[in-house]
Amino acid sequence: MGRLSALAAGVALAMLTIAPAKAQTTLLNVSYDPTREFYVEFNKAFAKKWQAENGQTVTVKQSHGGSGKQARSVIDGLDADVVTLALAYDIDAIADSGALPKTWQTRLPNNSSPYTSTIVFLVRKGNPKQIKDWDDLLKPGVQVITPNPKTSGGARWNYLAAWAYSLEKNGNDEAKAKQFVADLFKNVPVLDSGARGSTVTFTQRQLGDVLLAWENEAFLSLQEFGADKFDIVVPSLSILAEPPVTVVDSVVDRKGTRKAAEAYLNFLYTPEAQEIAAKNFYRPRLPEVAARYADRFPNVKLVTIDGSFGGWRTAQEKHFADGGVFDQIYQKGR
Amino acid sequence: MSVLRKPSVLPGFGLTLGFTLTYLSLIVLLPLAALALKAAGLGWSGFWDAVLTPRVLAAFKVSFGLSLAAAAVNAVFGFIVAWVLVRYRFPGDRIVDALVDLPFALPTAVAGIALSALYAPNGWIGSLLMEWFGLRVAFTPLGIAIALTFIGLPFVVRTVQPILQDLPPEEEEAAAALGATRWQSFRRVVFPALLPALLTGFALAFARGVGEYGSVIFIAGNIPGLSEIIPLLIVIKLEQYDYAGAAAVGVLMLMASFVLLLALNLLQAWMRSRHAR
Repeated sequence: MGRLSALAAGVALAMLTIAPAKAQTTLLNVSYDPTREFYVEFNKAFAKKWQAENGQTVTVKQSHGGSGKQARSVIDGLDADVVTLALAYDIDAIADSGALPKTWQTRLPNNSSPYTSTIVFLVRKGNPKQIKDWDDLLKPGVQVITPNPKTSGGARWNYLAAWAYSLEKNGNDEAKAKQFVADLFKNVPVLDSGARGSTVTFTQRQLGDVLLAWENEAFLSLQEFGADKFDIVVPSLSILAEPPVTVVDSVVDRKGTRKAAEAYLNFLYTPEAQEIAAKNFYRPRLPEVAARYADRFPNVKLVTIDGSFGGWRTAQEKHFADGGVFDQIYQKGR
Repeated sequence: MSVLRKPSVLPGFGLTLGFTLTYLSLIVLLPLAALALKAAGLGWSGFWDAVLTPRVLAAFKVSFGLSLAAAAVNAVFGFIVAWVLVRYRFPGDRIVDALVDLPFALPTAVAGIALSALYAPNGWIGSLLMEWFGLRVAFTPLGIAIALTFIGLPFVVRTVQPILQDLPPEEEEAAAALGATRWQSFRRVVFPALLPALLTGFALAFARGVGEYGSVIFIAGNIPGLSEIIPLLIVIKLEQYDYAGAAAVGVLMLMASFVLLLALNLLQAWMRSRHAR
């Protein structure tokens, strides 16, 4: 008797100590470099909303780094509840390891990309080399700064945007497109390993006449170094960069955090979150929010990775794998 | 008494040897074996296909060639630094002595960023070199050599220094007493005694340079076939989720370094035996 009641008391005590622990949820968001500022703000908004709706405190931890490196960490066992990376290709690699279904990109609206960006040109104030469009990047004497597409997700968007422009201009002539990017990369004096590295090379080392950059990075550079130093030039055609997000099933099921993780990602699509994204220079998906920021994000003809390149796996295989087009243009010219 | 083992001359040898082997296995051999195992997944032909591409070979040339050059520069100037630090007393010599270790202590990425800021075409040194000689340093192979020289310096100084310190003055005195000039006694007496240590320092600086990533990557320019280093190629392969290919390049790098270090060690042993006579 006494023993049983002691056991009951023990169980009750255990329940009591577990209960407050359950009111606290921790999520880990594994992301790429330039989203740091955005998610700091977004996490605060989400925690507030979650607290109001569920009476629970949720803490979202952030991990940032190169998109591919982050994906490898998740594959190797980093406990990411959600991944918010630069390329669908990197999440595909996680899917290949079995942590989430291969159809992950259909689970959320808009290809699982709640915000988008595009590739623009950052030039020195007054645009001394008169760079208006992609053709101007091939002129002799123009130095173009871009990171290495082999190591940087952002650089792959740069490269594909240039390729798409040439296809559009030359009636889908692949040979001409290859020549176009080959000529473009002849004007590239430094291939940094990541997007932030290229931004530093251009803004602080004062190297080059034009930086191919994520639109949000270009705006950040203006904010950081002053609009009196640089101008943003929007080319006539660019690519719709869709940084995707998804839940890592194997992790949330083990940790029991699926509900919170899913709510976290769904919250990205709400007007409140879209507003935060727009403030952090990402193009919002919601038309009513986008309309409010129309002057910040000029209309530009945007091709998509699925429409023009048959998706990331195909694009990666053709252009950036070993022996792909990018390797070929460097073997020929030198 | 015969059941008891004869006490060893070195007590505790069994225990310490066991510890040494276990420790080395865990820290060095196991990770290296894992690397080899990963690469073995490719098979022989796959391995050579992954490794013998013009791009990889060019990167090998860059990594090994520039590491050799940087180690050679360090052998000469590191020797002079060690000489000055041991043989002369001057104000602030302790500070200079401590400065030598900085490349050890500094995170390599910080060194890389600092060097590229200095040697960039708009940097303090880079702008002057550009103006006076039209020489571009940052973002060229020359920039890589400078980064490798920076990180390799302590190896030469710290291996030569203690030997130089312990060199018995009697030998030099004897040489002087026998009528040798300063140069003769240096060349015939001091230098041969220091050569093995100098070679060790050279080999260490070289090995470090071959594997160096952080400090080089910011100053290299990273143009394929021109200023791309081997560790960057490994990163590139990992970025394509090509773990086996990355391991293959790593294994080749390991083999090449091992052969070179072994050769240097043999050379060193030969010189030591020659000097001992």
